[in-house]
Amino acid sequence: MVDLSVTLSNVKLDNPIIPASGTFGYGMEFKDFYDINILGSFSMKGTTKEERFGNPTPRIAECTAGLINSVGLQNPGIDFVVEKQFPLMKKYFNKPIIANISGFSIDEYKYCAEKVDKEEQVGIIEINISCPNVHNGGMSFGTEAKSAMEVTKAVKSVTTKPVYMKLTPNVTNIVDIAKACEDGGADGISMINTLLGMRIDLKTRKPIIANKMGGFSGPAIFPVALRMVYQVYEAVKIPIIGMGGISTAKDVIEMMLAGATAVEVGSANLKNPYVCKEIIEALPSEMEKYKIDSLKEIIGKAH
Amino acid sequence: MYKKNKYTVRSNKQIANLVYEMVLEGDTSYITKPGQFINIEIDKFYLRRPISICTYDESTITIIYKVVGEGTEVLSNLKEGTILDILTGLGNGFDTRRSKERPLLIGGGVGTPPMYGLCKALIKEGKKPVVVLGFNSKSDVFYEKEFKDLGVEVYISTVDGSYGTKGFVTDIIRTLNGYDFYYTCGPMNMLKAVYELIETSGELSLEERMGCGIGACMGCTINTKNGPRRVCYNGPVFKKEELVW
Ligand SMILES: Cc1cc2nc3c(=O)[nH]c(=O)nc-3n(C[C@H](O)[C@H](O)[C@H](O)COP(=O)(O)OP(=O)(O)OC[C@H]3O[C@@H](n4cnc5c(N)ncnc54)[C@H](O)[C@@H]3O)c2cc1C
Ligand SMILES: Cc1cc2nc3c(=O)[nH]c(=O)nc-3n(C[C@H](O)[C@H](O)[C@H](O)COP(=O)(O)O)c2cc1C
Ligand code: FES
Repeated sequence: MVDLSVTLSNVKLDNPIIPASGTFGYGMEFKDFYDINILGSFSMKGTTKEERFGNPTPRIAECTAGLINSVGLQNPGIDFVVEKQFPLMKKYFNKPIIANISGFSIDEYKYCAEKVDKEEQVGIIEINISCPNVHNGGMSFGTEAKSAMEVTKAVKSVTTKPVYMKLTPNVTNIVDIAKACEDGGADGISMINTLLGMRIDLKTRKPIIANKMGGFSGPAIFPVALRMVYQVYEAVKIPIIGMGGISTAKDVIEMMLAGATAVEVGSANLKNPYVCKEIIEALPSEMEKYKIDSLKEIIGKAH
Repeated sequence: MYKKNKYTVRSNKQIANLVYEMVLEGDTSYITKPGQFINIEIDKFYLRRPISICTYDESTITIIYKVVGEGTEVLSNLKEGTILDILTGLGNGFDTRRSKERPLLIGGGVGTPPMYGLCKALIKEGKKPVVVLGFNSKSDVFYEKEFKDLGVEVYISTVDGSYGTKGFVTDIIRTLNGYDFYYTCGPMNMLKAVYELIETSGELSLEERMGCGIGACMGCTINTKNGPRRVCYNGPVFKKEELVW
């Protein structure tokens, strides 16, 4: 019997497979199609203080081996999620979830973090710092070491659960940002969010996405994500949840060798809603093939 | 409730200018209503292609699609026997209970296919649908005979006047009366014209670019009077009363 279990901070997972934020809703759309309790955990749709409609459509553009999205954090707001969605979630998911939250100011991050920190079902709080800071000319919190650290400290000051900072790859040096988060007290790093990209429609000669640009994800970004996880693993001591293009059990093993303790699977769920189940089922034979008895043992072994 | 399964292409033939009819064989048990759609994986393309169900029975699904880009181009070249990975049972579909004796069915271009399955379902309920179809030109017209074979009144318009009434579906609808409800699917500008013209209640099937087709990504959200709604999950069929233009 191979051992798939891993531990993120104090949260023990049966396996390292976690559907990524924004590609799994709050689990509702998947629960009737397979038993989602086989998952290690799942990261809920990025939730903000206020309810958000998000961006105009088209929000989706296809790419070679991936897609661009500009959903714009559509969500019903943290109060609704905590009051209405969490009690429902408890009925169909009996493991700790990862609460992904976003904000447009430090206060919004604090507000949301404080709320989810009180929820029994939340195992880890994942802070998406790719959002623009409305008090700083719209510059994303995650693109400056200073503001990334500020968010980390602010969230840590109001929470007791492990806080994982989710990094954007759209920076000159992601290692600096990761270190700033660690210095700010982060318990772990989630990486990577989407890469800024765009597509143009040759017939209309205009961008396909209404917002012109959006976040690029899917298998095409796997090598970039892998490289960044590898670099950050060398620079920080806290655990990393690796993501970006993961679609197979092999990708999971590769990402863990680079330094990830667990992985999130995003876009692949959109193409194949059963992909996480299939990866979990394929992992044991894939591990045997590469003579791995326990997944824990391979974390960072490429270094 | 959706389900992912393998389907075999049983036939794939051109029925109008750039328009193809494909019959797929496989599990149809997850399809519950006319107006639902399927999401087809096409080799080498990352996203699936959403296509409405034209009609279905215990073991086959018929779809009609227009070649508009690279994915549908590949689809049009698939040979009999090709196996496709498809999600079925997607979307809410039309509610046949909302109409009385004489529902009006309006299809525009490749918005016509779901009207066919709907027409069959309404006839089964003992209703007498009136069908209005709009195309650009004579070479684009399809399924006129199939509808007539169901024994319903069929009216056709073409924009260039090369077949049927010259003009738009609305030019025909203005001459009709006695209908009590309408169902429609077609290009956005046609849906809007229909919405503005017809006073009775109705249901409209919308289109959006989709990421997943199962309600997970929020890629296809529109604003409605009841708040944000996902076209793939809460739709593609919407009540006239909930839409905002
Ligand atoms: C619910 C629903 C039902 C549909 N039913 C039918 C049908 O019965 N018959 C038919 O001919 N067409 C139908 N369409 C439109 C059909 O999905 C597109 O024509 C098709 O996806 C185009 O693919 P492509 O690769 O040829 O075009 P490309 O332009 O190369 O595709 C690029 C990307 O854009 C998407 N895209 C392009 N045009 C559309 C569109 N109009 N709507 C949604 N996504 C689009 C594609 O899915 C793909 O992800 C339906 C769309 C939806 C949303
Ligand atoms: C449609 C869509 C919506 C997303 N929404 C969020 C979100 O709300 N919060 C967040 O932190 N990341 C969000 N992401 C980013 C993913 O969680 C993930 O970091 C990224 O897509 C890379 O992984 P992948 O290549 O496996 O998709 C979203 C991605 C997609 C495709
Ligand atoms: S396409 Fe993903 S929610 Fe509709």
